[in-house]
Amino acid sequence: MAINRQIVAGLLIAACLLAVPFAAPYLGGNYVITLATRVVIFAIAASSLDLLIGRGALVSFGHAAYFGLGGYVVGICAFHLANDVTIFGWAGSNEALVVWPLAMLVSGFAALVIGALSLRTSGVYFIMITLAFAQMIYFVFVALKYYGGDDGLAMTSRNLFAGTRITNAQTFYWISLCALALCLLIQWRLVVSRFGMALRGAASNERRMAALGFSVYGYRLVAFVIAGMMAGLAGALWANLNRFVSPDMLGWVRSGEFMVMVIMGGVSSLLGPVIGAAAFLLVETALAGWTEHWQIAFGPFVLLVALFAPRGIWGLLRGRAGP
Amino acid sequence: MNALTLEGVTKSFGALRASDDVTLAIEANCCHAVIGPNGAGKTTLIGQITGEIRPDAGRIRFFDQDITDWTTPRRALAGLGRSFQITQLCADFSALDNVALAVQARQGHSYRFLRAAGSDARLRDPAMAALERVGLGERAQIRVDVLSHGERRQLELAAALATEPRMLVLDEPMAGMGPQESERMIAILHALRGEVTILLVEHDMDAVFALADRISVLVNGAVLMTGDPAAVRADPAVRAAYLGAPAP
Repeated sequence: MAINRQIVAGLLIAACLLAVPFAAPYLGGNYVITLATRVVIFAIAASSLDLLIGRGALVSFGHAAYFGLGGYVVGICAFHLANDVTIFGWAGSNEALVVWPLAMLVSGFAALVIGALSLRTSGVYFIMITLAFAQMIYFVFVALKYYGGDDGLAMTSRNLFAGTRITNAQTFYWISLCALALCLLIQWRLVVSRFGMALRGAASNERRMAALGFSVYGYRLVAFVIAGMMAGLAGALWANLNRFVSPDMLGWVRSGEFMVMVIMGGVSSLLGPVIGAAAFLLVETALAGWTEHWQIAFGPFVLLVALFAPRGIWGLLRGRAGP
Repeated sequence: MNALTLEGVTKSFGALRASDDVTLAIEANCCHAVIGPNGAGKTTLIGQITGEIRPDAGRIRFFDQDITDWTTPRRALAGLGRSFQITQLCADFSALDNVALAVQARQGHSYRFLRAAGSDARLRDPAMAALERVGLGERAQIRVDVLSHGERRQLELAAALATEPRMLVLDEPMAGMGPQESERMIAILHALRGEVTILLVEHDMDAVFALADRISVLVNGAVLMTGDPAAVRADPAVRAAYLGAPAP
């Protein structure tokens, strides 16, 4: 029963995401597609955070750092291209298939360094130290006047994708959706693999895992790097969607939003963070159209979900049965 | 040949000497029990053997290697298996998954990302065999937090066995068990004697005298005496310190 319900709910979400470009002309055109693209991009970031929070019990409060770094890689490459000072005279810096993997590498490297230090702590200290590192990166970019400082960087156009310009909102939506599908597929394989068992075992009982012979630090660090790279990809997409990057992408508010998406959608589930991202953005958009103090209504909404759906919206959808 | 040798192991917590110059040799393939009243330092001793507590002084050797500075996972991989006094299992995993994790640990690193562990016969089959060995074959798919206390104790043992240890350190395996469950556990451990070295820390004297080849008595962190069960039972100092009642 529960399995069927889970599959039905999953197919329904997939159908909704696939239907967006076809339904958009009747709903409000590009505005709707852009909103859906934002949902998809945030879903990538939120699901990568769930790999840490849900599967690894590693409450990282600095996930926006990797998201923002990915965005800045795209933004900085575009900045140099526009000023005719391509980095190292390097021509590929406008090609998505080059710049986006580069964004993932930079974010992954940052996650490697930050994770290597943060993962030596646990509990509240881990939360605080990941937050502290993210804020350090935030202030670095605020101070970097050359790259816009507080004001951020605007891009004149999106990256080329395999040599083609992406001006169409629909095309960009499909690209983002493919990226989300790929990330979810990778996560699904990860979670059920031996690596996933080690990561989840360490979350469940670290002492037991040590007694069996697992050095859990390494597994956690690899998960941290993978999550950072996925967040970097989300950031690269975000920069392309808005053709703009700013330090807000790196700030603790953004990190908090990602956490709310994960927890509201449902931790330790593949689709929970996707639902969380959708619920977050849709409710935010609806409330923001109604009042500029939308947070006043949004707070109680998050509270209600936390109180009445402790396993998140996904927990409600798929029913009570089964782990 | 000795499986485990402790030489002058000492550990203090503030003014309390939890381990006071403990020297102990545990022969390979022997079942060696450590008994002692509450607060004698048994748990601290186990913590130092398994690597969770670092001794202030002294050396610990495992077969021909000095493991004093080794981490817990490294000791586990070298063949030092253990069970916990208070059950330590992955509560949200099934019984089978808990044991499969142990098998996975033994089969080398787990940086394997693609193949599903749940359908991997190289993990499932040995895990199932270990479960059946402790009598939990029927309960393989049950989540740990639904298992009874006695079943969890058996599962702890199954997980330890699945790592194919050269030595088992059992911290009060009968703790909190009813008489029937205890008897069953004794039978399981009896079947393991001679096959693997066992260090048994236990309060249940029936279990100790049924299983142990040698017994060490720990009092106030120090080894009062080591000997075969008959000698320990007859020793007046031991009876005064711990056994209390006259020997039968």
